[in-house]
Amino acid sequence: MTEHAIEVHGLSKHFGAFRAVDDVSFHVETGEIFGYLGANGAGKSTTIRMLCGLLGPTTGDATVAGHSVADDPLGVRRAIGYMSQKFSLYVDLTVEDNLAFFGGAYGLSGKHLRTRMDEVLTLVDLRDARTANTADLPGGIRQRVALANALLHAPRIVFLDEPTAGVDPASRRAFWRLIRRLANEGTTVFVTTHYMDEAEYCARIGLMVAGRLVALDTPSALKTLWVPGTMLAVHGAGLGPAARALDTLAGVHAVEPFGAGLHVRVGADLGDGAAVTRALLAAGASDVSVVVTEASLEDVFLAAVATPEGPAATAAGGAK
Amino acid sequence: MSTVLETSGLFRRFGKTEALRGVDVSVRRGELVGLVGPDGAGKTTLVRVLAGLLAPDAGTVRVLGRDPSKDPTVREAMGVMPQRYSLYGDLSIAENLQFFGRLFGLRKKDFDERTKRLLDITRLAPFTERRADALSGGMYKKLALACALLHQPEVLLLDEPTNGVDPVSRRELWELLHELVAQGMGVLLATPSMDEAARCHRVILLDQGRVLADGPPELLVRELDHPVLEVLGGDRNVVDAALLAHPDVRAASPAGTRLRVVLAPGSTERVRVALAALGARMTPVVADFEDVFLARTAHHEAVAEAGAEARAS
Repeated sequence: MTEHAIEVHGLSKHFGAFRAVDDVSFHVETGEIFGYLGANGAGKSTTIRMLCGLLGPTTGDATVAGHSVADDPLGVRRAIGYMSQKFSLYVDLTVEDNLAFFGGAYGLSGKHLRTRMDEVLTLVDLRDARTANTADLPGGIRQRVALANALLHAPRIVFLDEPTAGVDPASRRAFWRLIRRLANEGTTVFVTTHYMDEAEYCARIGLMVAGRLVALDTPSALKTLWVPGTMLAVHGAGLGPAARALDTLAGVHAVEPFGAGLHVRVGADLGDGAAVTRALLAAGASDVSVVVTEASLEDVFLAAVATPEGPAATAAGGAK
Repeated sequence: MSTVLETSGLFRRFGKTEALRGVDVSVRRGELVGLVGPDGAGKTTLVRVLAGLLAPDAGTVRVLGRDPSKDPTVREAMGVMPQRYSLYGDLSIAENLQFFGRLFGLRKKDFDERTKRLLDITRLAPFTERRADALSGGMYKKLALACALLHQPEVLLLDEPTNGVDPVSRRELWELLHELVAQGMGVLLATPSMDEAARCHRVILLDQGRVLADGPPELLVRELDHPVLEVLGGDRNVVDAALLAHPDVRAASPAGTRLRVVLAPGSTERVRVALAALGARMTPVVADFEDVFLARTAHHEAVAEAGAEARAS
């Protein structure tokens, strides 16, 4: 047993000349909720497939639950749970038939299988739905069945690849409550998401750009590093056209649409928002209100993708 | 502004399930309308009926004044991106675009210009030789959207177009949508993302086959009579469990640095007292559209009900 649940050393995967994953190193603590973010095609799913023992690395290695992904992929697969992006359930079977089928694939049977089915159904709050047909279940419930499947063999580490894509807000909250419950019970959770509000729930976050890991830290440290300055949340009417006036205002680092309003990141001199309000009003906006807000991980994501060479470039250049 | 899409009293049943129970919606020229609702609310059924892919049991659909199920020619003016869009898996990105370009009879010059633009916006340009079935979920979505936009339709129907699409591409797709809408396209977009709903001119909230609310998102937020607060202090797990069990709590965000709750109208003091016993306090925060969604559809948060619903179906 290593002291970290996952240790990654110089992991790379090349497809011909394309470096899908390029010399990535990091570790994940036991019992941690670790978020893995990146643009489409940045190499997240390829990394996960290697860490799950489903795809061999071109170079480098990773130790997952004590097994080397290069030398012992089968040992890795037995030790981990994996919920893939396009998780598959047999929709013409009931919830418990699905679990029994997947349990059989993991070598569980008889009383042990029954016990584990009870335990995972309790964990995902679906004891009442066990005889429901999977086809009739809404997406958010089906996704919990898929999680239950991934947990049947009591893995110490679970990999969840975009588990909440397309799920409604209430179901997403319920799902994250489950993830926290798993982590509280000591399971290590490795999760990817494109919802940056969900990424806030992770203890630490790794951010991939074009195959490379460009950032890794806690959400608050990432914000301090990548989006320094004061973030102003601006609301009002006619902001869209007026926002261009901010491009030429000294001290404005970045302007981004955010919900129906704007997020404007400014240096210390503009921190009270008065100059931003004046500029917007002069450019034709009305009913402008400005409050200081916290940078979001979406701001971090945009900054990192725009300047993967490092946050210093963002701070100096005022990336747009 | 003229109406490009309109329904009246749409009903549609699947076996015992009434997916649509009298739905009236409309989209005007140059309008971006969001369609939101809990899983199973009827959003996908509505989009399929609007696209003429599914006939309603009762009610009418008019797209540019015509009925798409009786007059298929109107579909030439429509772009449709269903949730499970079928591209040719063994064709590359470039070949899929060529296929749809020929299908719509685009001239080479138009095709080349639009393809270049769409590939830039979707950031698919470096991957044009990759086969569609080797694309990640998000890249596949972006290709599907590019294919649906190739012929520059007057009316665009999108069913959850950004699921699995990363934040950078999502932002760029939204810029593209706003541009198309400014040029006069009418867009109806079903989405599970309340952040996206808040960027629409108007949002239709569908629940259990009926329209619960229809209006500009900022207006729906202003009209919300449910208090929205942040909870501070106390043991996080204990406080979260207490909130989940409290009858006045409509929704609680389970984790992150802060805990946010949506409460039943007029119940703030009751919840405040209950939390004080756990050493926690609350402070009001500005509501957003996600809070509106959670407040109006809170019955779906109840897990026991989800199970009961599943058994009943």
